[in-house]
Amino acid sequence: MSKSAIKFSLGPILYYWDRQKTIEFYDTVAQSDFDIVYLGETVCSKRRELTLKDWLALSEHISAQGKQVVLSTLTLLEAASEYKALSKLINSSDYLIEANDMAAVHLCQQRGLPFVAGAALNLFNHQALHQLFSLGMVRWNPPLELSRQVINECLSNYRKNYHPAAVFDTEVFVYGHMPLAYSARCFTARSEDRPKDDCQRICLNYPAGKTIRSQEGQKLFVMNGIQTMSGLKQNLIKDLTSVQKVADVIRLSPEQFDIQKDLIKFRSVLSGEQAAEQFFNAENDSNGYWHRISGIHSV
Amino acid sequence: MELLCPAGNLQSLKRAINSGADAVYIGFKDDTNARHFAGLNFTKSQLIAAVDIVHRANKRIHVAINTFAQPERIQHWYAAVDNAIELGVDVLIVADIALLQYVREHYPEVELHLSVQASATNPGAIEFYHQHYAIDRVVLPRVLSIKQVQSLSDQCSVPLEVFAYGSLCIMAEGRCFLSSYLTGESPNSCGACSPAKFVEWKESNGQLETRLNDMLIDRFTDDEAAGYPTLCKGRFDVDGQIFHALEEPTSLNSLELLPQLMSMNVVSLKIEGRQRSPAYVEQITRVWREAIDACRSGDWQVKDDWKASLARLSEGKQTTLGAYERAWQ
Repeated sequence: MSKSAIKFSLGPILYYWDRQKTIEFYDTVAQSDFDIVYLGETVCSKRRELTLKDWLALSEHISAQGKQVVLSTLTLLEAASEYKALSKLINSSDYLIEANDMAAVHLCQQRGLPFVAGAALNLFNHQALHQLFSLGMVRWNPPLELSRQVINECLSNYRKNYHPAAVFDTEVFVYGHMPLAYSARCFTARSEDRPKDDCQRICLNYPAGKTIRSQEGQKLFVMNGIQTMSGLKQNLIKDLTSVQKVADVIRLSPEQFDIQKDLIKFRSVLSGEQAAEQFFNAENDSNGYWHRISGIHSV
Repeated sequence: MELLCPAGNLQSLKRAINSGADAVYIGFKDDTNARHFAGLNFTKSQLIAAVDIVHRANKRIHVAINTFAQPERIQHWYAAVDNAIELGVDVLIVADIALLQYVREHYPEVELHLSVQASATNPGAIEFYHQHYAIDRVVLPRVLSIKQVQSLSDQCSVPLEVFAYGSLCIMAEGRCFLSSYLTGESPNSCGACSPAKFVEWKESNGQLETRLNDMLIDRFTDDEAAGYPTLCKGRFDVDGQIFHALEEPTSLNSLELLPQLMSMNVVSLKIEGRQRSPAYVEQITRVWREAIDACRSGDWQVKDDWKASLARLSEGKQTTLGAYERAWQ
């Protein structure tokens, strides 16, 4: 809630990229202007191109460049092995954790670790924020469907009821396809008639997911394994003035290898060097959620 | 093992109770519950009548207050909790940690169930809710295989409730924003998925089209039964192939798993469908009552007439074991 210079974060890669590409990607990220880098697998436990050891090595590499590293956790935990892996991750280091399930909050709390509340935690009001703050939350990612107005209401009620001063940061997802839903079913494997248990890691073939269109050709969703994403990218580049009023951190989600290009656009608009409109593509981008309408539409 | 049946109105509630439900679950007529549909649910005076009917029959009544409270109107959700308690309901079903906290602060003795909307699918999450809010039961999302349910049952001390039959949510409940992405309204914040006010049925070039907020969800030829445009059950185009890209119109039916479920720490079977008719509720309740009693007595065999009834009442006239079965996943 403080109003020092806004920080830029890079979200975890939501797609499945191969090992080489992932390592090269983070080599460039280490040299980039991001302040905060989220790392790790949040979608599917079968995505094992990188091991925990690899992620920790990347974390060390990136953190040595002066960036804050945050380890992001799996969102939907079903198998006992997944919970065990989560526990191992949280016990493996002292990097900040992004908790994407209450299980991660529980494990962080057991270790007395602070954590970032991921967007999937469903913290929809000031009272919920107050509770997680008391358990160690240092940063809040609001649920993606929350508008600027409701985020603002959460924060103002929080200040009024609990703490008048800045106590935790708020992070806003400003760029990228949004994770909208999680299922037991792998839609990508199913779309090619493969059973999930024998998916042959098919997501590697779709480094940007598979587009789901209506029968009229409208982009509705993106299939990303067990995750369903928004068909259009959330892009709040035209809304940075209002974003700045509530956000301490703004998050870009990796869409392409050269994420630095996207970062430069946001930085140049924020500093007033460039006009925002040229970086908003109405065919592929939307900003509806921010304005309290359907996420697929734009204002 | 409890048979827990849905009731969207007093008629359904009476039929459920008379047909063998051990308990019913209902919601208030507002956005505090995840089935906030026009013409559905209970006003305060209807709830008084409902509690009376259920308690006279010596059964139990659960009230779902399971959407997430909006910051400016949080008192509205607190008031729903107060009202439910004042009217003497037996159980509250809650998802939002703000409300769980409120319940425990003000009503430490009330039986509290963690709603499916809280998406608790693993021992850590269940432990979290148990430790902080002393939940008495957890309703499991429809994303776990039967083996995973068994594993939770072995590891967790908190009793489990599972979905037995009804419309199949294929996403982890509480973690699906597909509806708000297309319409601005979702189960979490507005208590509705693919809300009826955005639905349009239209004839076009000899086909019936279903739209949601003007976006095409499906097209049907004359010989196809047109279903409600729940957006995860539409036919879409993926790489030039048009198919049910997420799921077909189908209902969950776990009847054949009943003996397994009964052997676990599963204390309740939930029938989905507060939005369905009283006749539907009655027929489903009958079948499951008979099945549970048969299973309990050791005389277990899935009867053909149960299968026929459940298939007839299901969405798209087909049923599935859903995530309980690995092959579905």
